[in-house]
Amino acid sequence: MTERPNFSIVGQNERKIDGRALVTGKPVFVADLQLPETLHVKILGSPHAHARIVRMDTSQAQAMTGVACVLTHENTPAGRHTTAGQGFPEPSPYDTRMFDDKVRFVGDRVAAVAADSEQVASAALKAISVTYEELEPVLSIDDALRIGAPVIHDEDDARGIYDATRNVVADVDIDVGDIVAGFEESDIIVETICDTQYAQHTPIETHVVYSYLESDGRLVLRTSTQVPFHARRIVAQTLGIPICDIRVIKPRIGGGFGTKQEVLLEDVAGLVTLRTGRPALISLSRKEEFISARTRHPMRVRVKLGADERDGTLRAIEMEAISNTGAYGAHGLTVLANAGSKTLPLYNKAPHAHFYGQAIYTTLPVPGAYRGYGATQGYFPLETAMDELAERLQLDPIELRRRNHIRAGETSPIFEKLGEGREGVEQSVKSCELERCLDIGAERIGWAKKRGTRRREGEWVHGVGMSIMMQGSGIPLIDMAAATIKMNEDGSFNLLIGATDLGTGSDTILGQIAAEVLGVPLEKMIVLSSDTDVTPFDVGAYASSTTYVSGMAVQRAAEKVRDQIFDISAPILESDPKALALADGAVLASHGKTLSLAEVCQRAMYESNQFQIAATASCVPQESPPPFLANFAEVAVDMETGRVKVLHYVAAVDCGVAINPLLAEGQMEGAIVNGIGYALTEEMLISSRGRVRNPSLFDYKIPGTLDIPKVEVVIVESYEPTGPMGAKSVGEIGINGPIPTIANAIYDATGVRLRQTPFTPERVLDAVHRASIA
Amino acid sequence: MTITLTINGIRKTLEIEPGEKLLGLLRREGYMGVKIGCEAGDCGACAVLLDGRSVNSCLLFAAKADGCKVVTVEGLEQDGHLHPVQEAFLDQGGVQCGYCTPGMIISAVDLLSRNPSPTETEIRRALSGNLCRCTGYVKQIQAVQRAAAVMRGDR
Repeated sequence: MTERPNFSIVGQNERKIDGRALVTGKPVFVADLQLPETLHVKILGSPHAHARIVRMDTSQAQAMTGVACVLTHENTPAGRHTTAGQGFPEPSPYDTRMFDDKVRFVGDRVAAVAADSEQVASAALKAISVTYEELEPVLSIDDALRIGAPVIHDEDDARGIYDATRNVVADVDIDVGDIVAGFEESDIIVETICDTQYAQHTPIETHVVYSYLESDGRLVLRTSTQVPFHARRIVAQTLGIPICDIRVIKPRIGGGFGTKQEVLLEDVAGLVTLRTGRPALISLSRKEEFISARTRHPMRVRVKLGADERDGTLRAIEMEAISNTGAYGAHGLTVLANAGSKTLPLYNKAPHAHFYGQAIYTTLPVPGAYRGYGATQGYFPLETAMDELAERLQLDPIELRRRNHIRAGETSPIFEKLGEGREGVEQSVKSCELERCLDIGAERIGWAKKRGTRRREGEWVHGVGMSIMMQGSGIPLIDMAAATIKMNEDGSFNLLIGATDLGTGSDTILGQIAAEVLGVPLEKMIVLSSDTDVTPFDVGAYASSTTYVSGMAVQRAAEKVRDQIFDISAPILESDPKALALADGAVLASHGKTLSLAEVCQRAMYESNQFQIAATASCVPQESPPPFLANFAEVAVDMETGRVKVLHYVAAVDCGVAINPLLAEGQMEGAIVNGIGYALTEEMLISSRGRVRNPSLFDYKIPGTLDIPKVEVVIVESYEPTGPMGAKSVGEIGINGPIPTIANAIYDATGVRLRQTPFTPERVLDAVHRASIA
Repeated sequence: MTITLTINGIRKTLEIEPGEKLLGLLRREGYMGVKIGCEAGDCGACAVLLDGRSVNSCLLFAAKADGCKVVTVEGLEQDGHLHPVQEAFLDQGGVQCGYCTPGMIISAVDLLSRNPSPTETEIRRALSGNLCRCTGYVKQIQAVQRAAAVMRGDR
């Protein structure tokens, strides 16, 4: 392990720089703006899962007092695009129109009305008459793959669909070694199939966008997005206007978790404003969010492991994933590929590996990016199968992981074979403290004492389970981030970053990185992010990229500025620039003389060789160093009712150097609790006609304070030599843990394996009954 | 119709629509710290103190606030000093995106005004009507414990 330098700002639990505004309720969110003449936009959703629009009559709605504008497929741009806010060209198919003459799920966009008030807009929606020709709905993957199944994307202008006639959005097939030979030479083979459900992100702030015109006539989109620059590009493409006519501003946003990596509403608000000249606000109601925003991809994933009987070494791993990508293919290919690319390298000892997968259209709600991004779905069967294999080998599950997981200095051929929907990038792991994570987690949960005891308290039986995992830090050779730093004459700095803080605290930790390099307290760093007119480009907040990728751009920009400061200071301090250092807001020479940063900047601005001390730097990551995680849980299962209670959850995580440990823990805790909800209670229920039956936070149960166990996060620091200040990313990994960890703990308690999420009392009881009959 | 109420210490007489909810009225009046999360009483993002007790302003008809004292998160700061609960949320990492934060803080202030030494279970119960998707609640619960200690004068 490379030595960690001594930091002064990095590693400190600095307060979030936006925190004070947030705890005092300042109007910092999208909908907190109140502009005169604002139009309120409501969207008409399809009542059918699959239908063609035969006729529309909007004349009554148009004529209503207070209605300014009605948009339908008849009066809007018809080009196809993807709503997925990904790098260009996107790996998602162009299968979506702003408004289409065909609808493909219940809630699909049919029309939009902009009016003086929300009430008038809603009333006008009811006045729109639509005649549909109903088509046969396709409500499962099996239905979609059936011979003679309705073709969901039968349009001739879609692009990038693997096989539209068979409803196959994407197909991935990669091999390492010889999988058939691998299983032949294995003494023990286990195989498991796991299913995951429709689940939603449910940020407490729903999707919302406010559009208006600048005084120069340019369109401003103030929007709750994770991807301001992609949003600008996609809106320009959709509306057919130049990028330079659009400014996207991301203010504070109320959570994203992937759903705001989607450009869902910006085009509609933008067009309303361009057509009417008036500001337009679209704010989805909670019900609209559940019905028409994005979800996680439900998947069926089969994992087959072959191992050596004597030492438990894996010989072969096969994973086959079938992903339901709903009515549109946004993120269909990449989420599918990540089910393999973010999981299989973890067990690099197996010389033979095979990943096969397809993403399939259905006429169901549209999945997209969701924290974990396929890895969550892949780790469920992988870590279940590892638990089963340990039992067959009569090995402690921790020991089986120890014998097979990747370590520092090692590589996996999967890194190169499988990437973000295309070939990946070869890399070796340079930092991995998974062994220490396992030691610490096992000790905290009381593994040795509790495992296999099936301790009973009345009807409650206790068990412990564990799992391990990795994720990545950004998308290598694809992602890009940039940062600009300029200096002010009081020794403060402006840090301008395209990076997108969606509540994660990235503005704060990026400020800490810059402050560390420049030797100033965080208060001297004025951070402004995510304004496409002001800040340099960044792909945005997804793929666990911000700390690692944007962080490195910030570090490089700060180093360039530091060098400019040294060049100015060297003659004044009569020192070699190489013998200078920055600390406490001053330049220090090795012979003891100092010069304040304010003096440096004043000289550069007003006195001699005048110029603006400033620099921009970019980062395109060459690799994606994985954070690592060991999860442990103690659960109790009520054998009478099937209810599962998680009592204690321990997550020991290696994310390199934690730039701000408090915020890193917060990322983990939030992801774990989201994952526990996904494991136990959260499920979008869909009717036999394709309608979401529980579109409210009352009927779709996310965890509250009474539902959470004792959650313990331990940051097990490593030093990642390629990362900014030794850091890796930590945004997503935590969400992958709860499903397999809880499933394995339920098995330890009851001897029953659960292979379908969420683990509701009904499913647990059913599994227990079936096991007792068998 | 008109109602008269006190918002953050300022007495106001306001024109309201008969069916209007307190949430809509407060935001219309510029109290943007009161957040919209579900408009169904499920998430608590719109919580305000009504005569000292935390209520979901999305469920309450504005007319019911006639003659009442309303405190929103904007009203907790006194003479430039944050409320101890606000300070604790900042210090303990109880804020991520900050969208649930105003409601969460209001519920905590309500609890601590009635119970200066709540147990963890009591804190969890008091915050159970406030949903947060970012923090996993761990640091928010710790923040309330911390604020309670500060308000009691423990250090």
